[in-house]
Amino acid sequence: MSENPETNTEDALLKVTGLVKHFPINKGLLRRQAGAVKAVDGIDFEVRRGETLGIVGESGCGKSTMGRLITRLLEPTDGRIEFEGKDITHLGVAGMRPLRRDVQMIFQDPYGSLNPRHTVGTIVGAPFRLQKVTPEGGLKAEVQRLLSLVGLNPEHFNRYPHEFSGGQRQRIGIARALALKPKLVVADEPVSALDVSIQAQVVNLLDDLQEELGLTYVIIAHDLSVIRHVSDRIAVMYLGKIVELADRKSLYEAPMHPYTTALMSAVPVPDPRRRGAKSGRILLKGDVPSPISPPAGCRFHTRCWKATEMCTKVDPPLVALKTGHQVACHHPENAPDQAPGDPALPGATEAVATATE
Amino acid sequence: MTAPQHDTSAETPAPVSVADVPAKAIEGRSPGRIAWMRLKRDKVALTGGVVVILLILVAVFAPLIVGLLGHDPNEFHEDMIDPDLGTPLGSFGGISSDFLLGVEPTNGRDVFSRIVYGARISLVVAFLAAFVSVVLGSLLGALAGFLGGWVDAVISRVMDLLLAFPQLLFTIALVSVVPNSLWGFEGSGVRMGVLIVVIGFFGWPYIGRIVRGQTISLREREYVEAARSLGAGRGYILIKELLPNLIAPILVYSTLIIPTNILTEAALSFLGAGVKPPTASWGKMLSDAVPIYQDDPMYMVVPGITIFITVLAFNLFGDGLRDALDPKGS
Repeated sequence: MSENPETNTEDALLKVTGLVKHFPINKGLLRRQAGAVKAVDGIDFEVRRGETLGIVGESGCGKSTMGRLITRLLEPTDGRIEFEGKDITHLGVAGMRPLRRDVQMIFQDPYGSLNPRHTVGTIVGAPFRLQKVTPEGGLKAEVQRLLSLVGLNPEHFNRYPHEFSGGQRQRIGIARALALKPKLVVADEPVSALDVSIQAQVVNLLDDLQEELGLTYVIIAHDLSVIRHVSDRIAVMYLGKIVELADRKSLYEAPMHPYTTALMSAVPVPDPRRRGAKSGRILLKGDVPSPISPPAGCRFHTRCWKATEMCTKVDPPLVALKTGHQVACHHPENAPDQAPGDPALPGATEAVATATE
Repeated sequence: MTAPQHDTSAETPAPVSVADVPAKAIEGRSPGRIAWMRLKRDKVALTGGVVVILLILVAVFAPLIVGLLGHDPNEFHEDMIDPDLGTPLGSFGGISSDFLLGVEPTNGRDVFSRIVYGARISLVVAFLAAFVSVVLGSLLGALAGFLGGWVDAVISRVMDLLLAFPQLLFTIALVSVVPNSLWGFEGSGVRMGVLIVVIGFFGWPYIGRIVRGQTISLREREYVEAARSLGAGRGYILIKELLPNLIAPILVYSTLIIPTNILTEAALSFLGAGVKPPTASWGKMLSDAVPIYQDDPMYMVVPGITIFITVLAFNLFGDGLRDALDPKGS
């Protein structure tokens, strides 16, 4: 894999190389391995200090698995994860414990991520107890400070999660994640379970906290508008691989991978007059292929309208075709064709429909 | 625990006058307190609970109650018995102001006193056996559910085995071979111990299965992942995160296993595998009443109704408790 030329490795807070996670499928009496769900299948990226890296993709593309791998809630099958230059790929529970202070996670479901039998004070105070840290001014004062930091009433520390709304609960989850002043926060779909109006509040809260506390975010989402709002760089995932990794501006203005192009065109335009002007939506046909047996070659070739013979055989590497813009495609859009003259795959043009409203 | 959030938020800002607010600090309503508030509204369950408490008080203060209202449970009153028929003198099994629930046929022992003392046997056996079941079942069920893999496989197969075991026959056979004195206990003491161990041991798979299933569903919750992402070990997750959520089903099952145990103890006593005479026991009284029920039906009705009321009270209370602790309730 070629490195992004402008990358300064010293700036990388987290570096992921060739990360693989296969979930084995065991069958029969002897529990023999019959196959594997290739949730994450060889991805490389890095997260720079202070930036927000957005990860987008359809459901089932492995983005949540990726988030749980870099926070080491899951054991990687292969590859390497480095945090501040330290290899954390196979650290155990005890080995990870000191690092848990620096890497924290915000969860998707504000109802499932808070223990219903614990008070908010217990929940937000848990990081201190687990890490055996005594905050300045006492635990209660610190919990109250954190609650006001995320915009909750500090007097509510002895209430229970069921007494809060979804947005408030997500703020509690954020307060818990920020308790130990982490360096990296991985947010797995932090707003997808919330109402749209609340989504904006929580996204803005995350933005403000990043500025205030100098946080680095990895934000996983399927909502392109949320990702566009918060991210500095964006990685697009498809079937366990990163197909495109670029600066926000570059990606939204000139997406290179056909999949990204299709995703972008699916974003609804909130202006009815502009809707007609926009030249058609690309409607991908069919479903994402099974991650148990992903297509050979380029994984997107089964749904791609630009697919050629080569795409069925050769997996395109993630290469930088422009400064700060990496793409894994043989025939990218908005960039020179990587394999010109290759015979088109029969039926490839019917792989999509263009809708003009 | 997902359902009630929206409606509780609506009822949280209760119409409290503004003057009250600064007086007391904002305090959360814990799931336990909400359950208690729901339970207080359930009159049927509350009645069951009151009866259960009364029964416990009767068992605890049995000597006091008998001293005030009855005669020694093992004292013979042959003067109350018709010497020809062997049935009690007087109507309804000899009920009088002196013998509140009549007298026993043949020997003339005070039925009231024997019922009161019998409550001790029934409740002690039922509670201690339930305790054995709950401890074993919760521990093994939680371990099976939490650890999974071969631990789960072994514990689950043992549970299946025990559920398929002919418990009654085993107990009757066991009782006949247990010596009369064991570890410093004698006679009825030994028998009670055997009953507690056997009923308790055969009861744990029921609660073990419930706890195992609950643990499996809870361990996939995101708050467990959140605890792990903070560096929590297995012990912390099991005790601090999972256990508080397992208490409700364990509590409910305990109140429902107690009446079952009372019935099992009565059945075993009825079959002669219970406590030894002359110790009073409800099941034994029933079996004593069988040969004579046509001449003295009262002697069968009294322990029968006592068992019925006791079991019903526990069941009603347990059902109410389950409804109160159910997060889907209103």
